[in-house]
Amino acid sequence: MYPKQNLTVNGQTKEIEADPEMPLLWALRDILDIKGPKFGCGIAACGACTVMIDGEAVRSCVQPVGDVTGAITTIEGISQGDELHAVQQAWVKHSVPQCGYCQSGQIMAAVALLEEIPDPTDEDISDAMTNLCRCGTYPKIRAAIKDAAQALGA
Amino acid sequence: MSRLGKYTRRAFLGLGVAAAGGLAVGYYFYQKPYANPLDAKKAEGETPFNPYVMIDADNTITIIAPRAEMGQGVHTTLAALVAEELEVPLEQVKVEHGPSSPAYFNAALLEDGTPFPFYDESVLAELARGSMKIVAKFLGINATGGSTSTTDAFVKMREAGYAARYVLIKAAEEHFGTTKDNLIVADATITEKSSGKSVTYGELASKAVAISPPTEMKLKKASDWKILGKSQDRVELKDKVTGGRIFGIDMQLPDMLYGTVRMAPRKGVSLKSYDKTAALAIPGVKDVVEIKTATGEGLGIIAENTWAAFQGSQALVIEWDDPLTLQNSDQMWNALETALTKEATFELGGTGSDPEVFASIPEKETLSAQYRVPFLAHATMEPMNATAQHEGDTIYIWTGTQAPGLVQSAVASHFDMDSADIDITTTRLGGGFGRRLEVDFSLYAAVIAKATAPYPVKVTWTREEDTQHDTYRPMAIAEIKGQITPSGTLKTFDMHVASPSIVKSVMARTFPGLSPVGPDNSVLDGAFNQPLDAENQRYQAHVSDLLVPVGFWRSVGNSVNGFFHESFMDEAAHKAGVDPVEFRLAQMTNDEFMPAREVLKRVAEISGWGTPLPAGKGRGVAHVLSFGTWTAQVVQVDVTDETVTIEEVWAVADPGIVLDPGLFKDQIMSGINFGLSQAFGEEITWSDGEVEQANFDTFDAMRMYQAPKITVEVLENSPKMGGAGEPGTPPSTPALANAIFAATGKRIRQMPLSNEIDFI
Ligand code: FES
Ligand code: FES
Repeated sequence: MYPKQNLTVNGQTKEIEADPEMPLLWALRDILDIKGPKFGCGIAACGACTVMIDGEAVRSCVQPVGDVTGAITTIEGISQGDELHAVQQAWVKHSVPQCGYCQSGQIMAAVALLEEIPDPTDEDISDAMTNLCRCGTYPKIRAAIKDAAQALGA
Repeated sequence: MSRLGKYTRRAFLGLGVAAAGGLAVGYYFYQKPYANPLDAKKAEGETPFNPYVMIDADNTITIIAPRAEMGQGVHTTLAALVAEELEVPLEQVKVEHGPSSPAYFNAALLEDGTPFPFYDESVLAELARGSMKIVAKFLGINATGGSTSTTDAFVKMREAGYAARYVLIKAAEEHFGTTKDNLIVADATITEKSSGKSVTYGELASKAVAISPPTEMKLKKASDWKILGKSQDRVELKDKVTGGRIFGIDMQLPDMLYGTVRMAPRKGVSLKSYDKTAALAIPGVKDVVEIKTATGEGLGIIAENTWAAFQGSQALVIEWDDPLTLQNSDQMWNALETALTKEATFELGGTGSDPEVFASIPEKETLSAQYRVPFLAHATMEPMNATAQHEGDTIYIWTGTQAPGLVQSAVASHFDMDSADIDITTTRLGGGFGRRLEVDFSLYAAVIAKATAPYPVKVTWTREEDTQHDTYRPMAIAEIKGQITPSGTLKTFDMHVASPSIVKSVMARTFPGLSPVGPDNSVLDGAFNQPLDAENQRYQAHVSDLLVPVGFWRSVGNSVNGFFHESFMDEAAHKAGVDPVEFRLAQMTNDEFMPAREVLKRVAEISGWGTPLPAGKGRGVAHVLSFGTWTAQVVQVDVTDETVTIEEVWAVADPGIVLDPGLFKDQIMSGINFGLSQAFGEEITWSDGEVEQANFDTFDAMRMYQAPKITVEVLENSPKMGGAGEPGTPPSTPALANAIFAATGKRIRQMPLSNEIDFI
C-alpha cells in the first residue's frame, strides 16, 4: 500500500514499507526494531530521539521517513564491534547516566558536536547540547565531552 | 531481555510445595516467611538460596535487587550488599529486578510515613514504626519510593549474602573433608589451602542448599568491607551508553500490537460519547476500545505501529461528561484560601503550647508571610507505557513500575482475578520520581490487551497525554507567623498549610475499598519535623480536595514545605538582623540537631559563605532534613539586567552511613537540578477543566546552559541511615530564592520564581 523505500542504517541497507509521513523515529523503533533512539516528546523539544544523518545530528521524531536519503547512524552504529566510541568510553569513565533514558540522544549529540568542533569550549557545549535530561546529569555530560575531546586527540 | 524473562512463564501457583528444599537461610526465616518466589521461576541447573541469591551450576551468580532502578543506582548498591557478604566481586554477578512477590516487602517505606519526626525516639514513635512494619508485610508492598530502598535492605540483603556463603563453606568442608580454617573463599570459589584444589560456588550449590542455615548472622564489620563504602560502577552502565533495550518502551514481543490512550481530563470525568470513524480510517489503526477503570475513563487506540496509534488518537472526536466543580486554577487557589480560614484538619508535632500564645505575639516582634507553590508534573523522560498480554488465565505485564505489588492488586481487582495470576516483569525505568508508583498506565494496557488477546500490545502515551494526565505534586499555600525577640531568637513559629492530601488521592484510586486512617504527614513533611528549638511551635494542616489527582513527587511534602519553611527562616534572620547561617545555627541547639549544625557549618565553609561578592551576586542558604538525610545547600546567583543565572551550588549531606559515595553524590546532584528546575516556569495550571501545559515547550526543565556547577560533600554524623534519591531536592528552591533576595533585595514567595523574575 505504501511505496517501498530503502534506508541505510548503520551501514546496512534496509527496505521498508511505511507511510512517508511517519517520523523516522517510529520507522526505526517499530518497523526496524532499532531501539537505541528513544521517544521523549515527538516535537523536537528533548533530543531523546537524536540520530545522525550524513554526520549531522537530527531529531528523528520530526523527520518524515519519506524524505530521508542520507546514511543514518544510530547509537547502535557508533562503536567498533566491542570497542566503544570515545564518547561512550568517556560516559562510562564519568559514570554519566542515571536513569539513562536521555543518554543515547545525548551521546549522539555529543558525537556530532565533536565531529564539527573537535575541541569545544564551555559555550560551544552549552549551545550544542540542548537535549533534556530530567535526571540533571549536565555537569557530568560536560566533563565527559571534554574528556572525549582529549581522547579523540583535539 | 533478562534472564528471568527467559524462564518458563509460570504463575506462582502451588507456592506451598515449591518452597521445598529451595529456601536456605537468612532473615528469611526469622519469622513465618513468604514462599521463595525464585523457586517458581528457576531454570534448569539453578539453585535459589533465598529470595535474593541464585547460583547456577556454571557459577553464574544472580542477585535479585527487587527495587525499581530509575537512575538512583539502587540495583548496584543492593547487589553490593549481597556481594559483600557472599564474597564475590560485583563484576561477577548478574543483577535482576526479580518477580513481584510479597517476600520483597519494603518496611522502611511505610515506617517513614509515621507521624513522628525522624529523630523522635519516644516509645510512641518506636511503637508506631514497629506496627507499620507489620502493615507493610501484610500488604506486601514491594515498592520503591521515599528514598527507603537502601535503608530497608541494609541488614536483610547482607544477611542473605552471609547465609548463602555460610552454607557454601559448610558444603566445601564436606567436599574437601576439612575445616573452614583450611579454606580460602574468594571470587565465588573456595580453595583448600593444603592441596591448592578449588571448587566453585556453582559446583557446591545443590549440596549447599540442603544444609541448615546459620542461626546467628555474623555480618562483617564496616572496616572489613571490600565493596561497600566505595564507589562502584553501575551494574547497568554499559546498557545505558549503548542504547540498550532495557526500558519498558523497548519491549518487543512476537505478534505484538501497538497502542496509545486518550483519557478523560481527570478522574471523575466520564466518557459521554465519541466518534471513531476518522480514527479507524487512518491506515494502520485497527480498533478503538473503551477504558473504564478506578483510575480514569477514556479510549484506547490499537494499531500496527505507535505512530498510527498516535494519529488515530488525534482523530478521535470525544465528548466528556464533566460534573466537577473546580474548573480552573483561580477557583483552586480560592478553595485553598478558604480552607485556611477554616479549622485545621489535623496538627502534627509542635510544642503543644496554649493557643493563646500564637494569638498574642507583640506586633513589633511579629513576622508574617504567605507562600505558594503550584501543581507540578513529574515529566519523566520516558513517557508512561506498559505492555500487556492476556494468555490463558494469566495477565502478563511488562513495565517500568515502582510498585509491582500495587499493579498486581489493581489489575486483579479490575478483572476480578487473583493477584497471583497477574505476572509482572519490571523493566528499567526511564525516570520515576514517584510517577511510576501509580498503576494507571499498567491498568490501561491490561484493559486494551483484553481486546488484542491472545496477542500482546504495547501501549505508549504521547508526551501530551503524559503531561496532562499526571498525578501532580499538590499545589499549596502556607501562612507562617513568627515571633522574633529583640535578642534575635525565634521564639514562636506558627505554620498553617492548605493543600490536598496525597494519601487520600492515592488510596481513592488504588484501593477504592479502603479509607486511610490518621493524618497524611506529607501535607506537613518538611515543616513539623525540622530541627528547630523555638519555644512555641504549631503546625496545622488544612486539607482541601481540589478534585485533581495528586501523587508522590520527588521528596513529596518536603518539596513544598522545604520552600515555605526555609524561605521563612531567611526572612526571620533578616528581621533579626543576623546572618542566615548564624541565625539557623542559633535556633537548632538541641543535641539531636548536631548533624544539622555540622552540615550547615561545612557548607558555609566550602561555599566561602560570608566572603564579599561583587554587586549583583548573592548567596542563599537552606537546610532540610528529609528521608533521614540532613542536607544543607548554598546557592550563588548572578543577577544582571534583571536576569538570574544560577552560578554555583554547594551541598553537604549527612545520611549517617554512605554505602556508595559516588552514587550518593550523583543523587544529591540530580535532586538539586530537579528542584531548581521548578524555578524556571514549571507550573501546571487548569482552564475549563483541562491542564494547559502539554509538552516540553510549555512544561520544561533545566537545560545544559542553565546548569550550575555543583559540589557535593558527605558527612556521617547522623546516628541512623538516611536516603539518597530525594533529600537533594527540598533545600534547592529556598536556597535559590534566598540567594535572589541577597543579590537584589527582592523576596519571591511563590513558585515558579520565574513568574516574578527572569532566568537565563
Ligand atoms: S522525541 Fe524527538 S526531540 Fe523529543
Ligand atoms: S539520565 Fe535520566 S533523563 Fe538523563
